[in-house]
Amino acid sequence: MATTDELSRSDLKRYLEERALTLRRHCLEMIGRARSGHPGGSLSAADIVAVLYFHHMHQSHKNPRDPDRDRFVLSKGHAAPVLYAALAENGYIPLRDLQGLRQLDSKLEGHPDMNKVPGVDITSGSLGQGLSAANGMALAGRIDGRDYRVYVLIGDGESQEGMIWEAAMFGAHHKLDRVTAIVDYNNLQIDGHVSDIIEVQPLKDKWRAFGWHVLEVDGHDVIAIEDALKEADMMHGKPTVILARTVKCKGVSFMENKADWHGKAPNDDELRRALEELSCVPEVGA
Amino acid sequence: MKATREAIPAVLTELAKGGADIVALDADLAKSTGLDKFAAAFPDRFFDCGVAEQNMIGTANGLAAAGKTVFVGGFTVFTVGRAWDQLRNVTCYANLNVKICSSHAGISVGEDGATHQTFEDIALLRMLPTMKILVPADYWQAAEMLRAAAALDGPVFVRIGRPKVPFVYDESYKFEFGQAEVLRPGADVTLIGCGVTVKMALDAATELAEDGIHAEVINAATIKPLDEDTIIASAAKTGRVVTAEEHSVIGGLGGAVAEVLSENLPTPLRRVGLADRYGKSAPYEELFPFFGITAEEIAAAAREML
Repeated sequence: MATTDELSRSDLKRYLEERALTLRRHCLEMIGRARSGHPGGSLSAADIVAVLYFHHMHQSHKNPRDPDRDRFVLSKGHAAPVLYAALAENGYIPLRDLQGLRQLDSKLEGHPDMNKVPGVDITSGSLGQGLSAANGMALAGRIDGRDYRVYVLIGDGESQEGMIWEAAMFGAHHKLDRVTAIVDYNNLQIDGHVSDIIEVQPLKDKWRAFGWHVLEVDGHDVIAIEDALKEADMMHGKPTVILARTVKCKGVSFMENKADWHGKAPNDDELRRALEELSCVPEVGA
Repeated sequence: MKATREAIPAVLTELAKGGADIVALDADLAKSTGLDKFAAAFPDRFFDCGVAEQNMIGTANGLAAAGKTVFVGGFTVFTVGRAWDQLRNVTCYANLNVKICSSHAGISVGEDGATHQTFEDIALLRMLPTMKILVPADYWQAAEMLRAAAALDGPVFVRIGRPKVPFVYDESYKFEFGQAEVLRPGADVTLIGCGVTVKMALDAATELAEDGIHAEVINAATIKPLDEDTIIASAAKTGRVVTAEEHSVIGGLGGAVAEVLSENLPTPLRRVGLADRYGKSAPYEELFPFFGITAEEIAAAAREML
């Protein structure tokens, strides 16, 4: 995305924060209208997805099947609304299509379907599978001598899946330095706090022990996210994981940090209040 | 005699030499599937995933999403059983070019016993939309099916076995996807087999012929999509059907034939196969009589209806 490359850091920060805010509004409107969906993990990932789709990744709606495009794997497929919103804002699908989330006449399934929605690089929804898919895409790129990178977003609750660690071993073994995993670490899952259900800590030590380059960032600081993604791009010989500390349902005060909002839609009044909170640009230096 | 699994390295190497954009994965069983030989010939196109079948299918899904045709090995009980969710929720749902050529399907695995034998793999995969299921009766048919798998769009399962099995065909054999093959015509009873039971059905037909009973023998090599027309036409002619498979009688060939006939042409039917039970350890030649999957049992089932 050449246009944002020319922005100063402060302008880039302002731009990406505005984009993330737009994604959050779309997510809540979509989920509110559908009266079902997952606001918690969609909003916690909004800044990460905004940095990837509005600045960092090299891909275009003009050629969604471009073999050289960077790939994005939404391993935590229940955050589909934030991906759909990013694709719509990037021209892959019409903005008005967002209104159809989870409806019979819509292509926007509850979890992303690569054959229905242009720009969805792989079907997801059953947790734990995205890192393996990202590794496979990176292997294919290596075989073909292509330069693309693969970004995969994993949930912290999802990290309880054994397959994540099978894939972590595989990625390090094959030195898949074109894979960047990002853990949306909001410490909440459906049944409660991750640390109360099945602790995933020490996540940093685990990934390091599995042979990955590990970075930690504030998952709502768009510049910190961008810097981490850039560092990951420079790594040679090992894949990188970015542990992004996030807040579930980030941006809506009465929804933040509550496990109940993992998979519950806001009612009309809650939606109105949430959109009011998301109507102003956040303070600089949040 | 030649094992169907011997076709795996032969055909994959042939395909890659011909320029096919294929990749092969295994789960620490490359010496059993023969994929070690493919790996020796094409080291950049083979990845051993270690003892991690779920990751193997997940990686295959990513490779396929990026344009590759991916063959996956392993033992069928684990590749299909343990990684079923990966096959269901991504491979088949997204119609990806992942071709399952895992080995050691059925009870003919022998001595490894119940944990390593499969009697439910056809049933598990039959209900997945987009999956195609091919069961080779011998080496030559296995080779042709692997070629067909590469050419077909989307997921394909070729049910490969461990032991050396007799030839039913020869080198000139050409496989037609979706076509059940009438190997021997007859008017008194229809014997339908797949895999190792095709030869048993042919032997049963020979035995029945000694008593003047003319059995029609069909190789239902494509279990999905099943060639309903050929099966219905034969049942209409003979009025009696016996199915035989090294698989549970629930959900496999017998189940599929029962569904087709019940809806289209209700016909007396006997299903020879594993009777809703687990396998066990023994040399495989002893297991077939132990579980009642033999030419004699097929012939006896036919006589019951005459």
